[in-house]
Amino acid sequence: MLAVPGAVLPNFGQTSSCVRNNGLFCWSWFSQHWSDTFGPAIGQHLVLTVIAVAIGFVIAMAASLVAYRLPWAGAGFNVVFTLVFTIPSIALFELLVPATGLTRTTAEIALTSYTLLVMFANFVTGLRGVSADVLEAAEGMGLTRGQRLRRVELPLAIPAIVAGIRVATVTVIGLVVVAAYVDNEGLGVPILQAIQNSSFKTELIAAAVLAVLLAWAVDALLVGSQWLLTPWLRSRRA
Amino acid sequence: MSADRSTAAVAARRDERTPAATLEFDGVSKRYPGASGPALDNVSFTVPAGEVCVLVGPSGCGKTTAMRLVNRMIDLSDGDIRLDGDSVISRDPTTLRREIGYVIQQIGLFPHFTIADNIATVPKLLGWDKKRIQARVAELLEVVSLPPEMAKRYPRQLSGGQQQRVGVARALAADPPLMLMDEPFGAIDPITRDRLQDEFLRLQREIRKTIVFVTHDIDEAIKMGDKIAIMREGGHLVQFDSPAEILTRPADEFVARFVGIDRALKRLTLRRLHDLEMAPVPAAQVGDDAGPVYERVAASPLDELIVVDGEGKPLGRVGADRLQAESRVPDSRLDPVGVTAPETWTLRDGLAMVMTDGNRPLLVLDEAGRAAGVVTVEQLSGALRPNGSPAPTVPERGDPEVSA
Ligand SMILES: Nc1ncnc2c1ncn2[C@@H]1O[C@H](COP(=O)(O)OP(=O)(O)OP(=O)(O)O)[C@@H](O)[C@H]1O
Ligand SMILES: [Mg+2]
Repeated sequence: MLAVPGAVLPNFGQTSSCVRNNGLFCWSWFSQHWSDTFGPAIGQHLVLTVIAVAIGFVIAMAASLVAYRLPWAGAGFNVVFTLVFTIPSIALFELLVPATGLTRTTAEIALTSYTLLVMFANFVTGLRGVSADVLEAAEGMGLTRGQRLRRVELPLAIPAIVAGIRVATVTVIGLVVVAAYVDNEGLGVPILQAIQNSSFKTELIAAAVLAVLLAWAVDALLVGSQWLLTPWLRSRRA
Repeated sequence: MSADRSTAAVAARRDERTPAATLEFDGVSKRYPGASGPALDNVSFTVPAGEVCVLVGPSGCGKTTAMRLVNRMIDLSDGDIRLDGDSVISRDPTTLRREIGYVIQQIGLFPHFTIADNIATVPKLLGWDKKRIQARVAELLEVVSLPPEMAKRYPRQLSGGQQQRVGVARALAADPPLMLMDEPFGAIDPITRDRLQDEFLRLQREIRKTIVFVTHDIDEAIKMGDKIAIMREGGHLVQFDSPAEILTRPADEFVARFVGIDRALKRLTLRRLHDLEMAPVPAAQVGDDAGPVYERVAASPLDELIVVDGEGKPLGRVGADRLQAESRVPDSRLDPVGVTAPETWTLRDGLAMVMTDGNRPLLVLDEAGRAAGVVTVEQLSGALRPNGSPAPTVPERGDPEVSA
């Protein structure tokens, strides 16, 4: 079933020749719709991502701290987070809609659950990776448990913690596109619209490319913050 | 090395120092849960304040266990450990640990802290103000002979030997009355290790801490210890004695084997040349009347005249035969000074030197390079005998000047 060009084109303002011929990518159309479509969509995309990663971070951190002290609890968390992670995202969105409706809450619940496993696994690895010698020295010098955690274990786990956040963030940026089904926000909206409505490629390509660029930018930001947070890893060896 | 500077730095703070503590092990046993036998079995000994006690023994004999019991990283199964008479069990573990300098077997510097922050760990926990911490860090870098610019570096930028020094500085930071040092020079090449040992002894002369020092190297134990506790598998303390006693009278076959068949030679490392009663040097200055000088030469084991300058530093030698033919001490055609030994050498070094020099008497120089005395091969080998004529008195460690 071939769509007739022009007939089902999105009717945004005047159509340029590129749009009329359904060119692969129409710059003029893109820049025309930057401020009403793509700009706001990026903003929403980012907000949805940050909320999901932030909530996921808090839950995963709490769980990993418990798991660090109580290995059997860690096994339990692992089972739960793995289960949640393996549910296909579309299915999970659909499952949640009856309970929480077509809302941002639904989207965030689903998005957050996908961050848990990867962050939890990385955080636990990071904490367990702190060398026993260093911990022994810390204990022997009279650091309390809390001081050991705050001054030694968490700082030394930063590389693993940031690694977990990076994977979670990039994953969520991808999933927010799908979340547009239940929550009409983010770069998923133009993508879904393009898929459903037309064979017009510009909208689809623009949103997809922007999602990728967003993921890169946020990832670069995270790499940068790790660099700032871990001056000891920057130093050259003797 | 900045020996003078650090000595001054330490001396400057001497009055503020915490006095060293006496450490008592009283029937101490430790059984780890699930282990077949005890890791430490009814161990008793006392380390007087300001002394170095070396725990030595094969791997797994309970040395680290003994240390960790002191600062309550693990709990006693039996017996008691007292610091200045007070049981450690009555103490809050965290407070106790901050009062005990602890150098762990694997150094364990915080990789994410600068050297300065590593050293400042305990002072920060104790809430010292910034100025005081800064001054203390600078002082300690000097004490362990590290350049001040190291303060801003991270541990991985330092060599193994430098890291060991930081570990020691970190343990010393809050001026603890007791130091526990678990193989502090373990993973280090022999040359650096030897130097760190010497520096450590120099430092200990100044700070006079009570120190428990673990090693599994008997030579290190003999060099470092005022007292040596020899342990064997199963956590038994086999002998607790001074190095000289252990070398002279090993308690049993195990100790005898552990100290080695060369223990007589090792005993020579306990004494230095200036501990011997040296014969006077037959010395004279150029132009002195040869007659009376010749008589002194004839009476000396050396059989040669040592020509010295105004300060007493040797310039050369003149054989007895030639001297007899001269009327004055000659200033030309002197034989070279040849082999000499500083008086701080151990008897073992002295003996080795004499034996490579054809067993001739050895001219010993004092620290200023002046001819101080003559030592014979008989004297040196006499010291090998456990009950030889010069009683094996061990000089008060660290005070060679006094006994010289
Ligand atoms: N936490 C522990 N749980 C159970 N057994 C232990 C524990 N720590 C040490 N042991 C056992 O206790 C004994 C003494 O160990 P310890 O570490 O004190 O020996 P060590 O003399 O320090 O040895 P090394 O020279 O190898 O450092 C060993 O048999 C060891 O296996
Ligand atoms: Mg050990």
